[in-house]
Amino acid sequence: MRQIAIYGKGGIGKSTTTQNLTAALAEMGKEIMIVGCDPKADSTRLILNGLAQQTVLDTLREEGEDIELENILKPGYGGIRCVESGGPEPGVGCAGRGIITSINMLEQLGAYEDNLDYVFYDVLGDVVCGGFAMPIREGKAEEIYIVASGEMMAMYAANNIAKGVLKFADSGGTRLGGIICNSRKVDNELEMLTAFAKELGTQLIHFVPRDNMVQHAEINKKTVIDHDPTHAQAEEYRVLARAIDENKMFVIPKPMSQERLEEILMEHGLLGV
Amino acid sequence: MLDETKGLYKKRTGLKINPAKTCQPIGAMYAALGIHKCLPHSHGSQGCCSYHRMHLTRHYRDPIVASTSSFTEGACVFGGKSNLKKGLENVFHIYNPDVVAVNTTCLSETIGDDVGEIIKSTDVPEGKTVIFANTPSYAGSHVTGFSNMCKAMVTHVSEKKEGKKAKGINILPGYVEPSDMMEIKRMATLLNVPFTMFPDTSNVVATPNTGNYNMYPEGGTTIKEIRRAGNAIATVALGSFSSEAAAYELEKKCDVVPYIMKEPIGIKATDAFIMKLLELNGGNMDASLEFERGQLVDVMVDVHNHYHGKKVALFGDPDILIAMTEFVIDLGMIPTLVLTGTPGKVFVAEIQAMFDQAGLTESQVMIEEDLFTFHQLIKASPVDLIIGNTYGKYIARAEQVPLVRMGWPILDRVGHSYFPVVGYKGALRIIEKITTALLDHYDQTCEEEDFELVM
Repeated sequence: MRQIAIYGKGGIGKSTTTQNLTAALAEMGKEIMIVGCDPKADSTRLILNGLAQQTVLDTLREEGEDIELENILKPGYGGIRCVESGGPEPGVGCAGRGIITSINMLEQLGAYEDNLDYVFYDVLGDVVCGGFAMPIREGKAEEIYIVASGEMMAMYAANNIAKGVLKFADSGGTRLGGIICNSRKVDNELEMLTAFAKELGTQLIHFVPRDNMVQHAEINKKTVIDHDPTHAQAEEYRVLARAIDENKMFVIPKPMSQERLEEILMEHGLLGV
Repeated sequence: MLDETKGLYKKRTGLKINPAKTCQPIGAMYAALGIHKCLPHSHGSQGCCSYHRMHLTRHYRDPIVASTSSFTEGACVFGGKSNLKKGLENVFHIYNPDVVAVNTTCLSETIGDDVGEIIKSTDVPEGKTVIFANTPSYAGSHVTGFSNMCKAMVTHVSEKKEGKKAKGINILPGYVEPSDMMEIKRMATLLNVPFTMFPDTSNVVATPNTGNYNMYPEGGTTIKEIRRAGNAIATVALGSFSSEAAAYELEKKCDVVPYIMKEPIGIKATDAFIMKLLELNGGNMDASLEFERGQLVDVMVDVHNHYHGKKVALFGDPDILIAMTEFVIDLGMIPTLVLTGTPGKVFVAEIQAMFDQAGLTESQVMIEEDLFTFHQLIKASPVDLIIGNTYGKYIARAEQVPLVRMGWPILDRVGHSYFPVVGYKGALRIIEKITTALLDHYDQTCEEEDFELVM
């Protein structure tokens, strides 16, 4: 079983990428579980076709500590098992703790079955506190992919996340598997991210171009693979899925200084202009 | 004091009044004390550690020591890594234990400290051991904490040596008194069973006064013994709530076959425990144990008229309650209410099955409930006796009902550390306590013409 955590700046398209990617993997016949680690609980919407998933934490709040696996785990497109951790409303409580609680609960309930090929953790934003690092702690996700784009802040966030990964790579087996570019059509984006990934000691595992099809599919509460399997964008996600499935490059990242990051931006960001 | 409590029970969701449970770390610390030369360490603020130590000290009436990571505001913001690293360094340097058993607290759990990673990155002195358990008090209860620490002993210490012949039996005593652990060992020894019991607090929190203070008393299971537990033939886990997790971990990690049993409280459960040991190890029933059993049966015959048909309400921890409910039913008493603060639906199923089998249609079992509920239900449906820990004394006083103290904690009586409730001897003691409580109460309250010399 490969356990993979997807990180990246808020709004970069982690959930969309994760769901399209897992849909493509499911197409390849893989057994998958997605654990949404975002209080907004929208990490499995496209796989479940919008079906509101009862989150682990809501279930816990309503039914107490004795809950059944089927209360919180719903199968969706391609048999993908979906779990939403959920969390507090904005401005209250502790979302990080929510993730710890949910993952412990899944382990306790035996959700990590041996027949799973992949477990994906879709984690919000930066690794802001201990709770958000839960998926990459010892014995959990050993592979990390960071979703980024050629925008300055996305790369800045990715670099920060790499710092978090480095911390856990020292003590556990956590490794960076690559950067996934979710294109924003920034100037010279491919070159810039390739250079950025190289500087981190990793690879740009796939460049997912921007296509309005993704938006169409989202409105229809579906992944592109599900909505229009023949579309070119669906093929892009299949390429990404294959790249991850066959990936052999797992590294301890070398996060860069702010100065170096800005140098890369200067070097590549202005080239195409 | 509680005279104003009304007998109208209504299910509450947002409020607990006088909870029937306490913090996870208390159980974790108690379990850790059952390891030889072990210093419990509380990873959190000082207040947690002080409260847990104080509560344990009050119950055992022996000094309970534990160290703390002493969180400040800074640790809360930046994580407790440096506190724990420095703390462990200091503890080994100054107090020189063989083992440090780290338990977390609500704060360190909430900020998400990865205690495993922190310990891994700490230089633990050669030959010393550090184990840890996650013990947030917002989940489970002190029983969960005990269970988590027992499991941690297996996770971090037990090993299966390949090619070595399996031998001996592991006994996990569960969350019981030092006196009970001693009695369990005595029974196993009389049956000639080669065994390792862990944890074992019998000579740690119930030590004799020698005039000298010894920070690490002679008792407790050694790390070597816990390591070898991985090579045992079987594990007999007493009390599913406190011992099951460790037994299953031993199975998962070292292929040791687990047998989950009731605490050997009462005649039936003790019989089952003894028969299981004989089944696993061979041999015959020991004559002196048979003698004790005979005495117990004799006393049951002699005094049953005093307790038979009496209504009893019980509260406390699930493992003790499961065995005690069975025993009071065997004694012909009517358990009208059995209540615990610890979560776990299996508890309800198990107790309900006993009620069904005994034809007790009016009896109630409750989990995750509090003593206010307990009191309200007793008010609505009065009982002759309460069995529970010290916290029941307010209700007993308000209702003028005798209280037999059993379970954890007992803060206002002595004896629990020295006289067991497990085994045939223990069952005899329970009958003595129940009978005495009922008869004392009768003597104090009966009409003069009913006052009898011989009872």
